[in-house]
Amino acid sequence: MNSVSLASGLREWWRLAVSAARLAIGVPDYDNYVAHVRKNHPEQVPMSYEVFFNERLAARYGKGRSRCC
Amino acid sequence: MNAMASKLAWAVVAIVGAVCLGMVALERGEPINAIWLVAASIAVFAISYRFYSRYIADSALQVDGTRATPAVRRNDGLDYVPTQKSVLFGHHFAAIAGAGPLVGPVLAAQMGYLPGTLWILAGVVFAGAVQDFIILFLSTRRDGRSLGEMIRSELGNAAGVTAMVGILMIMVILLAVLALVVVKALAGSPWGTFTVFMTIPTALLMGLYLRYVRPGRVLEMSIIGFVLLLVSIWLGGVVANDPNWAPAFTFEGKTLAWMLIGYGFVASVLPVWLLLAPRDYLSTFLKIGTILLLALAIFIVAPNLQMPAVTRFVDGTGPVWAGSLFPFLFITIACGSVSGFHALISSGTTPKMLANENEARLIGYGGMLMEAFVAIMALIAASVLQPGVYFAMNAPAGVIGTTVEGAAQVISQWGFVITPDVLAQTAKDIGETTILSRAGGAPTLAVGMAQILHGLIPNGMAFWYHYAILFEALFILTTIDAGTRVGRFMIQELLGAAYAPFKRTDSWVANFTATLLCVIGWGYFLYQGVADPLGGINTLWPLFGIANQMLAGLALVFACVALIKMKREKYLWITAVPTAWLIICTLTAGWQKLFDSNPKIGFLAAVRKFSDAAAQGQVVAPAKTLDDMQRVITNNYVDATLCGLFMLVVISTLVFGLRAALAASRSDRSTAQETPYVALATVKS
Repeated sequence: MNSVSLASGLREWWRLAVSAARLAIGVPDYDNYVAHVRKNHPEQVPMSYEVFFNERLAARYGKGRSRCC
Repeated sequence: MNAMASKLAWAVVAIVGAVCLGMVALERGEPINAIWLVAASIAVFAISYRFYSRYIADSALQVDGTRATPAVRRNDGLDYVPTQKSVLFGHHFAAIAGAGPLVGPVLAAQMGYLPGTLWILAGVVFAGAVQDFIILFLSTRRDGRSLGEMIRSELGNAAGVTAMVGILMIMVILLAVLALVVVKALAGSPWGTFTVFMTIPTALLMGLYLRYVRPGRVLEMSIIGFVLLLVSIWLGGVVANDPNWAPAFTFEGKTLAWMLIGYGFVASVLPVWLLLAPRDYLSTFLKIGTILLLALAIFIVAPNLQMPAVTRFVDGTGPVWAGSLFPFLFITIACGSVSGFHALISSGTTPKMLANENEARLIGYGGMLMEAFVAIMALIAASVLQPGVYFAMNAPAGVIGTTVEGAAQVISQWGFVITPDVLAQTAKDIGETTILSRAGGAPTLAVGMAQILHGLIPNGMAFWYHYAILFEALFILTTIDAGTRVGRFMIQELLGAAYAPFKRTDSWVANFTATLLCVIGWGYFLYQGVADPLGGINTLWPLFGIANQMLAGLALVFACVALIKMKREKYLWITAVPTAWLIICTLTAGWQKLFDSNPKIGFLAAVRKFSDAAAQGQVVAPAKTLDDMQRVITNNYVDATLCGLFMLVVISTLVFGLRAALAASRSDRSTAQETPYVALATVKS
């Protein structure tokens, strides 16, 4: 394995780890959300990351989330 | 050739697993190494995942990889998002793993490590993981609807309301018992109390940081938060050793209980971003990190298990909880083997993010196997302690007294020889004044974890102990404030059915009243548990176990009905066997808790014992006054009522299930209310 593929492998691993950690607290992938809005709803402006984050926070606890023991 | 090699490899896994399990089960006399237990568990998990879960997926569920999941069909980038499977696995595991699998196995260790291990392994393979997987699958086929909604639509309205009441009751008892675990860990411990108190300003600070300073920067916040937590642990040690500060953070159980009740109320009505969310974020990361750390430590340190495989307490006379192996072991270890609560998670956010039906097996079945592994680690942590230390920490003061001399004498008489010096030294090692009667799992686990981590990084037993206490208290407190909020919404919905204005979540009166009702509910049981000289865990943990298994029973009855509706009767045994087992366990345990003639087990026998004595003006221990006597009687009546209600919920759901199953079996085609088939290939990404 050369150093380029090792570096890109590590980057990919880190990207997955970050998105797993974010999703563990209820925040899905932001880039994916922006891409989704751009592609499917071109007339809408996607939320900024900060607005998106707060919207997800409110959604996670909005109706009261079931938690496990 | 490849198929041949694969078969051979699995045969090797099976043989290794069998040998390890044999070592675990048959070794007598000498302490065995924890690695045998770990290896046996991993082999069982691997084989069950590879063969049994695949069998369920292919035959009973007929999982269809060409069918578009809700995440794909309704993709909105927010709630419904097709998610990479390893990322979703992390999300799901973080949601299901809590304090339950850490506490139950520790309490069950009073019977030795073997009964608990066998039940965790058999329970997870044939019941727990099956439930999580099938409910996840069924919810995915129903647009990601919740368990309550699915039960209502497939079993009828009455069944739906019954399930909702059942879920609310388990919530109340869960919050009470978890709060009790925290109280037991912090009573008389200035170090622990200070450290846990410090999490409140830390969380507030993090909340403000995430909202105003650096919005949405979770990684930065987590690093700062983690450093602050470590500083609080260190500072806690300073406080505990300071003659002026230590008394300011030394509280008795009852005071702590009132504080927690007040905290639960305030935290659940504050804006979520201020306290609840940042604490939840911190505790989620700390939880996952610590579980990984513990796994690593067990592998590297490879400690010996000091607890015998089976102790004399399988006969039901154990000091930690009363009742014989059947049915009470199967109630004591709920989470880790089979946890009804997971049915709520598996029908929550996870099914809305499943990219492909084929991945439900990894997330549902695999996720639960991982939780069982956490339970095994907890069992190991409790079993690496000297049995004498374990019993000193978990037996109530009413049995072993309050001095190390007395405790050592009583415990040595049980056959677990221990000297007062060892008990005193252990307390000193972990920076506490006493380790006696700290039932509830958390402190025992913390000492076990401290011993194991101490083997990994020498020095600082006291630091590791308080780290472990903090780690558990942090996510238990998160469960308490988040759970109180959930309870509040449930109460609003239930009361709203009778009086509509209660449903309005923006109404302050409705909000306030429902929160108060929820807090009074769990606060009552918490206070009762703290005031109980037998330690409270004795009474509350079995009630919690019954409630949790009741919920699993509900979910599995629904899974049975769904299989019949799908016309897969041939495979009904997959869900029917665990359903039957859970219903037998909950009903037997419920029956014994109600009617057993031994007042240590039966609530009504206890009522009789205390009423008879009170009628003659006598005061019976553990009560100290006639008022105490009256309180014991009332508490036992309340517990008996709750226990009876749990049984009623189980029985009525069974009846609703049988009715729906009979109706479905008369039809000659599938009557399952799935969302119609949409081919994955036809949905644009």
